[in-house]
This record gives sequence, C-alpha cells and structure tokens, in this order.
Amino acid sequence: MRKIAAIVFVAFFAFLLLAAYDMHDFGAPPSAMDDYVIENTQNETGANNAVTAVVFDYRGYDTLGEATVLFTAIAGVMVVLRRRGKNE
Amino acid sequence: MSDENGEGLSPIVKVISSMLFPFIMIFSFYVIMHGHLTPGGGFQGGAIGASAVVMLIVAFGARHTERRAGEEKLSAFESIGGTVFVVVALFGFIMAATFMSNFLVGTSVFGEIPPFGSNPGILNTGGILPILNFAVGMKVIGGLSAVVLAMALVSREDD
Repeated sequence: MRKIAAIVFVAFFAFLLLAAYDMHDFGAPPSAMDDYVIENTQNETGANNAVTAVVFDYRGYDTLGEATVLFTAIAGVMVVLRRRGKNE
Repeated sequence: MSDENGEGLSPIVKVISSMLFPFIMIFSFYVIMHGHLTPGGGFQGGAIGASAVVMLIVAFGARHTERRAGEEKLSAFESIGGTVFVVVALFGFIMAATFMSNFLVGTSVFGEIPPFGSNPGILNTGGILPILNFAVGMKVIGGLSAVVLAMALVSREDD
C-alpha cells in the first residue's frame, strides 16, 4: 500500500512539474481575456480597479462562494466554542 | 494595575488603544468604500476593522468587550452583511437579466462612467461594486471579531 502511494505521489509530482515547465512566460498575456478586461472594465462596470471589477462583477459567483466559506467557518467555530449554560 | 475583574492590560495600553480604535475603524471604512478605486476592498478593509476589535479584546479583556458587543451581536452583524450581498445579487434578476448583473451602471447611484485610462478616481462609480464591498466588509468585520472573541472567552473559562 505504501509503495502504491509513493508511486502515485511521484507520478503526480512529475505531472505538476511538467505542467509548471509548460507555463507561458511571466507577464506575457496568454489569451485575449486579459486585453478584454483591461479595455472594457471601466465602461462596463464603472470601476477603476480592474481587480475588484473581476472579483465582484465578472467572477461574482466566486466571491459569493468565498463569502459562504467564511460564513460556514464562523458558524462551525460558534458551534464548537459555544458556552453551555451561560444564562443559568 | 487592572480593573475590578483582574482583566486587561495596564491603563496606558487601555487609553492608547481606545484612542486609536476610531481611527483604525475609519481607515477600515476608507479601504472598504474605495475598493473600486484603489487596492483593497471588502475582505482587506474588513480584516483591518476586525484587527481593531481584536486590539480592544487584548487591551480590555474578553469579558469587558463582550459586555459592549457580544459575539451574538457580531455574528448578527455578519449575517446582515451576507444577506445584503445576496439580496443585491438577486436584484439583478428584477432590474436586469441575470443574477449579480451590474444594474446600477448608468444610473445616478454609483452609476457614473469614468473616463478611460488613468483618472483621479470618482467615488460615485462602480455600480453595485461599492454596495457588495460594503456587505463583504460587514461580513468580515463581524465574523473575524466574533471568532476571536469566542476563542478568548473559552480560553478565559479554563482558568
């Protein structure tokens, strides 16, 4: 079992290394999406900050999920750390 | 040295932190409300505001902070922020076609369109982005400070 796990680990590590080796150069725009955001952010959302425009407008669902993760974490902490019999 | 409960740090720390608290909260509000113009936004500004509440917990002790703002109140504050976020996103169905569409662009509320490229930054822009930033800021301030307060209260009970 440990041998299988080690083989899977090494294969996955090699896959990730290969993927990292194949990435485009740092700072080189890989697709037309970057240019689209830079050209149209101010007209479409009215926001100067393109990062906020992407996070809250173009990728709004992602931010909603992030807020849900935060809510779930806080609800879990509140359940675990609740003080029993506080009002007695 | 300390107050009647034997909690908190020295009076110097208490006075300085209670003087600094409003300024940190104003800076947090600034980072949240300028989220569509400058680096920052709801999450970052909320973390600043929550750190101000944590400073009060450290300086005054958890019991004193709980009397001023209990973790139920902070948790309710967080839930209001989340509800505002979802309601504003759902309003996109009514005002426009899709969930979370930016229906305020072009109207008089946060609806100005800035000139293309670099500009000084007009606060009345961004559509629903400032409202969503504010909701997320409420969420992060309430949530993080409620968690730290709950942990501090539990660790006090073990003494």
